Amino acid sequence: MTGRRTLYDKIWDDHVVHEAADGTCLLYIDRHLVHEVTSPQAFEGLRLAGRPVRAPEKTIAVPDHNIPTDVDRDKGIENEESRIQVDALRTNARDFGIVYVGVGDIRQGIVHIIGPEQGWTQPGMTIVCGDSHTATHGAFGALAHGIGTSEVEHVLATQTLIQKKSKNMKVEIRGSVGEGVTAKDITLSIIGETGTAGATGHVIEYCGEAIQSLSMEGRMTVCNMAIEGGARAGLIAPDEKTFEYVRSRPHAPKAGAFELAMSYWKTLQTDQEARFDRTVTIEGSQISPVVTWGTSPEDVLPITGLVPHPEEFSSPKSDAVRRSLQYMGLEPGTKLTDIEIDTVFIGSCTNGRIEDLREVARILDGHKVKPGLRAMIVPGSGLVRAQAEQEGIAQQLIEAGFDWRMAGCSMCLGMNPDQLAPGERCASTSNRNFEGRQGRDGRTHLVSPAMAAAAAVTGRLTDVRHFS
Amino acid sequence: MDNFESFSGIAVAMPLVNIDTDMIIPKQFLKTIKRTGLGVSLFYEMRFDLDGNKIEDFVLNKPAYQNASILIAGDNFGCGSSREHAPWALLDFGIRCVISTSFADIFYNNCFKNGILPVTLNKDQVDGLMEDAGKGTNARVEVNLEEQTITAPDGRASCFEIDPFKKRCLLEGLDDIALTLAKVSHIDKFEAENTLSRPWL
Repeated sequence: MTGRRTLYDKIWDDHVVHEAADGTCLLYIDRHLVHEVTSPQAFEGLRLAGRPVRAPEKTIAVPDHNIPTDVDRDKGIENEESRIQVDALRTNARDFGIVYVGVGDIRQGIVHIIGPEQGWTQPGMTIVCGDSHTATHGAFGALAHGIGTSEVEHVLATQTLIQKKSKNMKVEIRGSVGEGVTAKDITLSIIGETGTAGATGHVIEYCGEAIQSLSMEGRMTVCNMAIEGGARAGLIAPDEKTFEYVRSRPHAPKAGAFELAMSYWKTLQTDQEARFDRTVTIEGSQISPVVTWGTSPEDVLPITGLVPHPEEFSSPKSDAVRRSLQYMGLEPGTKLTDIEIDTVFIGSCTNGRIEDLREVARILDGHKVKPGLRAMIVPGSGLVRAQAEQEGIAQQLIEAGFDWRMAGCSMCLGMNPDQLAPGERCASTSNRNFEGRQGRDGRTHLVSPAMAAAAAVTGRLTDVRHFS
Repeated sequence: MDNFESFSGIAVAMPLVNIDTDMIIPKQFLKTIKRTGLGVSLFYEMRFDLDGNKIEDFVLNKPAYQNASILIAGDNFGCGSSREHAPWALLDFGIRCVISTSFADIFYNNCFKNGILPVTLNKDQVDGLMEDAGKGTNARVEVNLEEQTITAPDGRASCFEIDPFKKRCLLEGLDDIALTLAKVSHIDKFEAENTLSRPWL
């Protein structure tokens, strides 16, 4: 209904190609991002059916999940299966006429970092990718979500998706947040509040002063983890910060076209009388720097907390907690700040942007990584890496003892050689602490880049507010 | 895709909540460029130890469940990554129906693209079926998509809801790309209008 629509309603309405009597819609897709792991079977399907890619100019392919992050990686990929997958992506992009950003290209990086960086991500778009963290692009007021490989094939063939509309959910973070609290702490705290299935069937619109105050990088961190709360997508209404971020990007609309686009983008706000199916409100002042203790992103507590007892939870979650604590090698009642770590991983589509690296350098401020601790930084893209080098951040991080690597998904999911060994405990700026996620029997604690930096120095989970 | 036909089969219970797609099919098996052959790697890190030996007390390694075709799982099944390798692995193992109190969105959609029926029932119904599944090969559960029912070994039936379009696609084994391409004139029209209303795209 015009005049009472949410941001999600508006973007949805502007992309409906066809609606069947039962409400099943064909939704037009403005941008399709493709990576090497979830696309080979889709291209194979097209070949078998003799179907072309309908809109290759709206499709971008980049390898990110599998590729090594060693500085000498231009010598090739050692792992045969990984090499075959990356080669397949390049061949498929060439055969179907799709833009390909290869490993030798400075723009190469994690698909969700380079989309915004290149201006391929714009407000009001529908954006999909065979990757659940496609939610990241929602920070621009774009409807963006992950899809499976069959849907990748469907989008390649038709530039549409068969969809039913989700429900509207509002997550408002009121007021401002305290010292040491970052976008990562906000998004983890929301999941702690709602649970990993709390937003299933919904598209979240994040709003409130604490969200508006975030930079575009911070907003991307928040939306990135919408999927960890079960949401189909996360959205933040575009504003001047958004427009300024997009304006100078290589693939943003130019000159008059930009002004025209902006006049449309400015309409992408939830109407005052719009109704949400569900609303969650959190006071910004109540959010602390947080850390996960278990094997689900909902297992989150303020850093000042203690490892919980399974009995604090009702069944069947209590059984999952028991299993988590055993996997994590943690005793109930242990102070979170007493947990010693072996490794720090800074990177991923959640926290691999330039602002994250600046924050790490700011917290380190001349401190060194604790001797014996493995500390790695994997910039989200070649351009983030280059900018950090230009700003002198890279040098600071290297001098502090960090391993300064090439761009990719890396240890966020450990598909390449960057993995945890069994029992190895990691403070990680990534998005999932699932069993085996960063390496079989590896133990992941999700934290912000600031908390990761502090932990790298002390060798244990650390309250960044008391670190100097 | 084959037509989904009603069947009765052995059910296996995994009561754990939040079973994620990393558990269902760990990352090292995502390097394939095929859809097939993933069944041996299903729940790999729960089924096999670090040396590759079978973990005997894991439910899918028990002889009674070698031919299970129905998985009954805890809440929020399939959360996490969008990897369609998860339903591919389930299907390749022989699982054609997953029953839970809730599913993660992307996994739920991915099931339908592969002829797997995800069924949402209430907690009492799921708990009851898990108890039945504990009886092993003696307990066959019947899945009837046409009637939208799950029937326990003792004959008690639970009705489930399903989107009518998704139901039809499963029953008839439809290729949804072909269905969409039949509407190509609508797509052409949308693109033509879009070029005028949002020319910057």
